[in-house]
Amino acid sequence: MSILRQKEPSRLFDTPGPKAAARQRIYSAFALLLGLAVAAWIYLGFNRTWADVRANPGELVDPSVWAINETGQWSGDKWSPFLDPTLWTGMVLPGMGNTLQAAGISIVLAIVFGLVFGIGRLSDHLWIRLICGAVVEFFRGIPLLMLIFFTLAMPLAANQLLGVPFGTFLVDPLTAVITGLTLYNGSVLAEVFRAGINAVPKGQSEAAYSLGMRKTQVMSLILVPQAVSSMMPAIVAQLVVLLKDSALGYIVAFPELLREFSLIGTRFQNVIPAAIICAAIYIIINISLSRLAIALERRNAQRGKASAKATAAPGGVGASPGGVRGPAADPKD
Amino acid sequence: MEAFLNNSGAVIDGFTWTIRLTAVSALFAFLIGIVLTAMRVSPVPLLRGMAAVYVETLRNTPLTLVLLFCGLGLNSALGVSFAETTQWNVYWLAVLGLSAYTACFVSEALRSGINTIPFGQIEAARSLGLTFMQNMRLIVLPQALRSVIGPLGSVLIALTKNTTVASVAALGVQEASREMKLMFDQGVVPVIPTFIGFALGFLALCLPMGYVFGWLSKRLAVVR
Repeated sequence: MSILRQKEPSRLFDTPGPKAAARQRIYSAFALLLGLAVAAWIYLGFNRTWADVRANPGELVDPSVWAINETGQWSGDKWSPFLDPTLWTGMVLPGMGNTLQAAGISIVLAIVFGLVFGIGRLSDHLWIRLICGAVVEFFRGIPLLMLIFFTLAMPLAANQLLGVPFGTFLVDPLTAVITGLTLYNGSVLAEVFRAGINAVPKGQSEAAYSLGMRKTQVMSLILVPQAVSSMMPAIVAQLVVLLKDSALGYIVAFPELLREFSLIGTRFQNVIPAAIICAAIYIIINISLSRLAIALERRNAQRGKASAKATAAPGGVGASPGGVRGPAADPKD
Repeated sequence: MEAFLNNSGAVIDGFTWTIRLTAVSALFAFLIGIVLTAMRVSPVPLLRGMAAVYVETLRNTPLTLVLLFCGLGLNSALGVSFAETTQWNVYWLAVLGLSAYTACFVSEALRSGINTIPFGQIEAARSLGLTFMQNMRLIVLPQALRSVIGPLGSVLIALTKNTTVASVAALGVQEASREMKLMFDQGVVPVIPTFIGFALGFLALCLPMGYVFGWLSKRLAVVR
């Protein structure tokens, strides 16, 4: 129940006195009732007894409405497939493997893409800055799903433009998902890297230049290594976004975690148990990753370094107080 | 180009659905987000806990799963239905999923905005005898909103792009990305110009939003 306990005294209200405490108990009771009503509605709905209740509300007091319905989603038959180890080894684990594979390859490629274009946007040459800026803004501004569809249509494009006959090459869903994830997350990371490099104190690069280092040396020996630790939290946070987005592979029939669970749901007619277990797996992985990002951020703060942030990480881990005012990472400035 | 222009009706249709999804989901997400934020900072522990569980659950779940649940779970299993025609029914189910998901990010942004308000202001408001709700309505939320316009803009842009997920199997709203996919599947349109056309459509939606919110956040910034 640690979630109910306040970690630090709130700014917004005093410790409640006897009157306020009594009032809060009333509010709690109302909230509890509302929560229970919603929970009961969901329970009855998936128990396939809600229709009876809706037709005749008097049946709410009938215990048979509340008993687990054999044809409903809560019956043991619907959950027992998950006790079978072969289901896990045959479907869930391969699916999770595919998800992690897509996410793992994509994050590595996205970091490379982000480094190239993030540093490119800091170039001294106007045309490199412009090209890199345009690429980053383009891929950040369009939906990931469109990139995936586009990659899948590459054979058609090659046929139209170059006359390559169909079937010469095929784009498999894994490639499409990785391409989409890399381009999109790489563009977001490019902004993070740019912010991280900008956040290294100016004296560092000035000192390096005065030692006679070249631009490339300053960047690779002085700026990037120092920026990396401030960028780690943002990279890990982006990994959460990437992992969630890899579920888009479902739409293009890539056999990742969500797809496997939807197959399980169709095969055993247990859509709801499958959805609940699938969501639980994603939530556990993502919360652990978020915790890691927060821990890294805290370590940076202890060392007196700022953590780089992408202001417009869409669907991202959310803005923490430090991220609200991050002009360095804001492309709109 | 000719084939693309011949399809302009489908393109406009697609973006109409995209804009409908975005506008209505944004409105609901904002309202739910404010309620969630109020719950998350409220003095009532149970409300705090409920809001925290909601936010942590939904924002760590892939949007594809959320929308799939709306289609298969709510519509097929629970029998939730909002409209007579399939077209509008799936639209409202998609709006439900999108706003429920986006509300988490709105609430996270607002909560971080509340953290930027100096302690003294809230203490002063409390010592003037303002209740929690008055304090929220008159002192905290107006300032918090102004300081998180930038992040809220990012959330809105993300929502615009996320509407493409509403084309998943269980729902199949005919929004822009689905129209593009259908054109590719028919194989009659030139792929690259079509893709660039649709991409420009999304950029035309998202870039102005970015500029407007960037401008607003500077203009309305709380000077301290």
